[in-house]
Amino acid sequence: MAPRVGVVLFPGTNCEYDAVQAVQRLGGAADLVWHGDTSVAGYDALILPGGFAHGDYLRPGAIARFSPIMDAVGRFAADGGPVVGICNGFQVLTEAGLLPGALQKNRGLRFLCATVAVRVETSDSVLTAGVPVGAELRIPINHFEGNYTCDERTLAVLRAEDRVVLRYVDNPNGSVDSIAGVCNEARNVVGLMPHPERASDPMLGSVDGSVLLHALLRSAEPQATATVA
Amino acid sequence: MAPSELFSVLVEVRLRDGIADPQGATIERALPALGLTGVSGVRAGKSFRFDIAAPDRDEALALATVVADRLLANPVIEESSVAVAPASLAGSPGPPEAAA
Repeated sequence: MAPRVGVVLFPGTNCEYDAVQAVQRLGGAADLVWHGDTSVAGYDALILPGGFAHGDYLRPGAIARFSPIMDAVGRFAADGGPVVGICNGFQVLTEAGLLPGALQKNRGLRFLCATVAVRVETSDSVLTAGVPVGAELRIPINHFEGNYTCDERTLAVLRAEDRVVLRYVDNPNGSVDSIAGVCNEARNVVGLMPHPERASDPMLGSVDGSVLLHALLRSAEPQATATVA
Repeated sequence: MAPSELFSVLVEVRLRDGIADPQGATIERALPALGLTGVSGVRAGKSFRFDIAAPDRDEALALATVVADRLLANPVIEESSVAVAPASLAGSPGPPEAAA
């Protein structure tokens, strides 16, 4: 049975259909999950897509963290379910404390919209399982607040535990250590600023994002029989 | 329950020392274009004003500090300071006190 992915929709999210279609193109099933819901039962993986949840008021992700669905997302993650936050979704996961660090305004204060090269730094995460370390992927970024920031201690832990999932080949936004994506300690929660769903069809100029989403679907399969949250 | 009084709160949120502030740096670089020199160390931040009903100033300050720490500031990159004054006094609660 195809893995079923829940794509969480906050007011202000705008990449949800891109994520749904990218998952479906790879043979997965995908539904939108409203932020006001309180259960993610029946899903094998969750995607928090890009956009401007709750208008990015206060800070990106600061209000989304209090959406009713986030308790269920937290329980799903705690039970080992694969959770991926893309762009604004990454910001939500850091604000929710499911991932370390924070995303602040880009160095140079530019909104960045470009296809960039990112390097896979670990194969040990739900988004990069089976993807060789060192693989370079061309994936679009589209953000104003994508400058990954954390204190030195956190950075040392991320490096020591091999939790930097993706690095920019040419750092576009000032992110510490060129970090484009990180995972949690259990490696089942991943956040990244690049948009793999926007690089999932030849018509979009790159299919490199499919490599990551395919890994997510593979990671989702073992959970298919378990009922979570 | 003790009768409650209304307090005015001013919370200032700013980036922690050592966290790069591209907004402050850009503002600083713009100043010479206005012929304004000698300005340095510009840091951008946010301020929030709200009222709290509490029995006394200490309780108002305690609640305001929780609001600042749990919602208004992201402790990973930001710090906050909180100032509380009786709302009956005209004007603002004044400059924020030491970091909360």
